[in-house]
Amino acid sequence: MQHYINIIINSVFIENILLVYFLGMCSFLSISKKVETSIGLGFAVIFVLSITAPANWAINEYFLADGALAWAGLGELNLDFLQYIVFISVIAAMVQLVEMFMDRFSPSLYVNLGIFLPLITVNCSILGTSLFLVEREYGLVESTVYGFGSGLGFFLAIVSLATIRKRMRYSNVPPALRGVGMAMLLTGLISMAFLGFSGISL
Amino acid sequence: MKLGLFSSKNKKIIKDPLMGENPISIHVLGICSALAITTKIDTAIVMTIAVVAVLSISNTVISLLRNNIPNKVRIIIQMSVVASLVIIIDQILMAYMYDMSKLLGVFLGLIITNCIVLGRAEAFAMQNSPGKAFLDGIGNGLGYGTILIAVAFFREMFGFGSIYGAQIISDQMYLSGYENNGLMILSPGAFFILGLIVWAHRSYTKVIDKE
Repeated sequence: MQHYINIIINSVFIENILLVYFLGMCSFLSISKKVETSIGLGFAVIFVLSITAPANWAINEYFLADGALAWAGLGELNLDFLQYIVFISVIAAMVQLVEMFMDRFSPSLYVNLGIFLPLITVNCSILGTSLFLVEREYGLVESTVYGFGSGLGFFLAIVSLATIRKRMRYSNVPPALRGVGMAMLLTGLISMAFLGFSGISL
Repeated sequence: MKLGLFSSKNKKIIKDPLMGENPISIHVLGICSALAITTKIDTAIVMTIAVVAVLSISNTVISLLRNNIPNKVRIIIQMSVVASLVIIIDQILMAYMYDMSKLLGVFLGLIITNCIVLGRAEAFAMQNSPGKAFLDGIGNGLGYGTILIAVAFFREMFGFGSIYGAQIISDQMYLSGYENNGLMILSPGAFFILGLIVWAHRSYTKVIDKE
């Protein structure tokens, strides 16, 4: 149990997918203008990450990794060069599925999160998480926990930036620095604050 | 009327993304990889070459296919074209530059979700002829590379005291108390440098966000 809590703490605070690995920056910068929408996107990312991480883990473990096809009598096959194209297709398909389920069973949730779902397919943090969990050789539960933790880290970062940007409206920023430039500098400061967490573990 | 390769119109397609229409500092696309692999100039250069290659070829292929792609599934088709190209580049790097491919790691694979590639496919390649789309790919790839190399230049200079691997801070300086700035190698340094570059570039091109 402690091991899993450690993975969560690590992925939220110490190796935050956004502030340390810079994944998902595009939507991070463009969606963080309003607090409500950033919360919506944050939840959608947590949701999709917790589903795609174990799905991609299973596909890698049983189909793509070196010798993974031994159960089909093809033990000498190594398909890991197919990782990118398979992972991205799984993510696109999963997002589509989630969208359809949501539309059918929870229209209110669909109205709130639906517009963010197509954006998520091309969010680097989703593909990045899948590639990281292969690189770190996580197991099934570890992958799920790591996916959830990464999503939580993304949520925390985007909501904090959105709230800071809201306050920025009252300050007199040089014209050319407005918008993206300032958001970058603010992210730098948040990222610096998060450096303070390094070294923490249970 | 057939246009020559270096007609003024085609020159504009290449030149625009380098300055006034820069994908990173003006359109804010493809930031992820711009930050992650810019601690040293040599990784930034390899990444630039990879992105230029992927972007120009994917633009050409998608432009060739543009009349046959059903509108509803176009994103997934564009994705598979890009993903296949990235796999090819990845395999080439692994075969000929193994150390570099280890350094770039997952970030090479993340070219697939680099917004520039998909953005140009959607915005340009779907409407234009293959020749133009190819030039647009090269232009945008280079525009991306310029910023990438600029960020890497500052991070390497302040973080390691060297430029393209050559030491520029003399030993004398280190002896008299100069120290490399460790923050530049960490992630906040990347955010600060890119933020400042965006600021400088936008005051030069007079592009201002309404906020």
